[in-house]
Amino acid sequence: MLDKLSLAKQEPVWKNNNTVLYFLSSTVLLLFCLPLFDINSFYLHLFIMIFMHSVMAQSWNVVAGFSGQISLGHGLFFGIGAYATSFLFTEYGITPWIGIVFGMFVSGIIAILIGIPMLRLHGHYFAIATLLIAISFSLVFRRWDLVGAASGLWIPILPADSWIALQFNSSKVPYYYIFLVFFLTTFLLSWMLSRSKLGYRLRAVRDDPQAASSLCINVSYYKIIAYVISAMMMAPMGSLFAQYILVIDPATVFNIEISIMVLLITVLGGTGNIWGPLLGTVILIPISEYTRIYLGGTGGAVDLILYGLILMLICVFRPNGLISFFNRDVIDRKQKR
Amino acid sequence: MKILTVENISRSFGGIKANKNISFEVEQGSILGVIGPNGAGKSTLFDLITGYTKANSGTVNFFANNISGLRPDQISALGIGRTFQKLKPFADQTLLENVMIGCFVKESNIKKARDRALEIIDFVDLIDKRHHYAKELSTGQRKRLEMARAMAIEPKLLLMDEVTGGVDQRTVPGLVELIKKMKRSGVTIITIEHNMNIIMEISDNILALDQGQRIAYGTPKQIQNNKNVVDSYLGTYDAT
Repeated sequence: MLDKLSLAKQEPVWKNNNTVLYFLSSTVLLLFCLPLFDINSFYLHLFIMIFMHSVMAQSWNVVAGFSGQISLGHGLFFGIGAYATSFLFTEYGITPWIGIVFGMFVSGIIAILIGIPMLRLHGHYFAIATLLIAISFSLVFRRWDLVGAASGLWIPILPADSWIALQFNSSKVPYYYIFLVFFLTTFLLSWMLSRSKLGYRLRAVRDDPQAASSLCINVSYYKIIAYVISAMMMAPMGSLFAQYILVIDPATVFNIEISIMVLLITVLGGTGNIWGPLLGTVILIPISEYTRIYLGGTGGAVDLILYGLILMLICVFRPNGLISFFNRDVIDRKQKR
Repeated sequence: MKILTVENISRSFGGIKANKNISFEVEQGSILGVIGPNGAGKSTLFDLITGYTKANSGTVNFFANNISGLRPDQISALGIGRTFQKLKPFADQTLLENVMIGCFVKESNIKKARDRALEIIDFVDLIDKRHHYAKELSTGQRKRLEMARAMAIEPKLLLMDEVTGGVDQRTVPGLVELIKKMKRSGVTIITIEHNMNIIMEISDNILALDQGQRIAYGTPKQIQNNKNVVDSYLGTYDAT
């Protein structure tokens, strides 16, 4: 008869939940088939926004949820991505696909340069510093003539749809698929990160930096790694958004509301796991889009009132986010019995 | 063979001298007990050895290498593990995950790290609790968790800060037995303890501190009869 240790070693490293797997597979299949049902462009736009914000929230989750650093200026990397792609295309005619990679690279470098001095700051000091740096970038771009200063960059509209130029003026469907692929890829990468050695170490840094450093973990190094990964995840969304709307300016892509939005989404859904940002996006983005439709322009700020209300309720009743309704505490307890 | 040599180490916080010119050596494979009243500078000494606090003066040599000034992660990578007086489990992770994080120092493969973590968890007699979150464990179990996590980096020297502090009496013998078991596995141990019976039972040598100074160093028997230690712990009776 096997002893307890041998039995424990025979357990699979990861417990696969077949129900979740089937649900996910079906959802992905459905998402790929959705445009075939000839749905109207508003719903395509809604899904595009959900995919985009989900990636952005997933990005913020890496730095805040995994490594415990609350960034209030993460929209900075969205803006960098948007400008990198648009500038290369408008000035040199370089395809946005290369611009996306360039934007990721620049974001990564900026994250390192910001991260080295700033990640020595803790808690709210770090949060305030990220906010101020994001505002500073916005101000610089407002006065930088090379990138169009306050009027921004207007991407030339091509006469025909082009995959190379990432421009589709006759239909939103290609954008839908591009955002969908980025969304699925980011989700997969986040899933892999959460189960990797790096993911474990980042969570250790988040939970207790002192204890982590007693386990040979260089806390500053891992915080920077998380910040860089997060920045490089955020940048492509700025690039794609720029190609989607074809005009960018500092007030739009460096808007502090972008940073706040991804924060709200992740906190609502739940930080520190890959499902929280997804859940938060699925709830908040439709609210945002529908209030914009029914109340005009910026949603008459009703969306912000709703966000505030939801956030207060979450803070009071589910501080770990809505995902805590399905969290491991509940699921794992069944396994412990 | 000397595994650790501390020479004239000092540390002040403002006007308070937490450690003053403390020197001692630790033999490989032994247990050194560190005793002293509250505020004697025991935990500061641990922080100085493990790099959490920088010394104002003095050196710490691990084997023949001077490790003064290194970061905690660099020191732990050399093979010095530690537990904390105020427990620091990764609360939102399971016991198994807590220990696995330590195992990643020597093993990058998830499955192998998991298996090694299970062996260590079995070593500390918590195999049935492996899927429990750290926050769900009792204080005694969390002490074992910290010991298991420290063992996961396969330390040559392990510093344990008040392992039996804050646990009920029924839990203490098991923890003491675990310390002995760790020593038998080949780990050199420095442990801070307030319980004199335990420290006398498990230690090969004892370092006594008071008000940041070394007041005695020797075998348990020598310490028991040391006037400075008796004065420090019991107070001097002045008949006049």
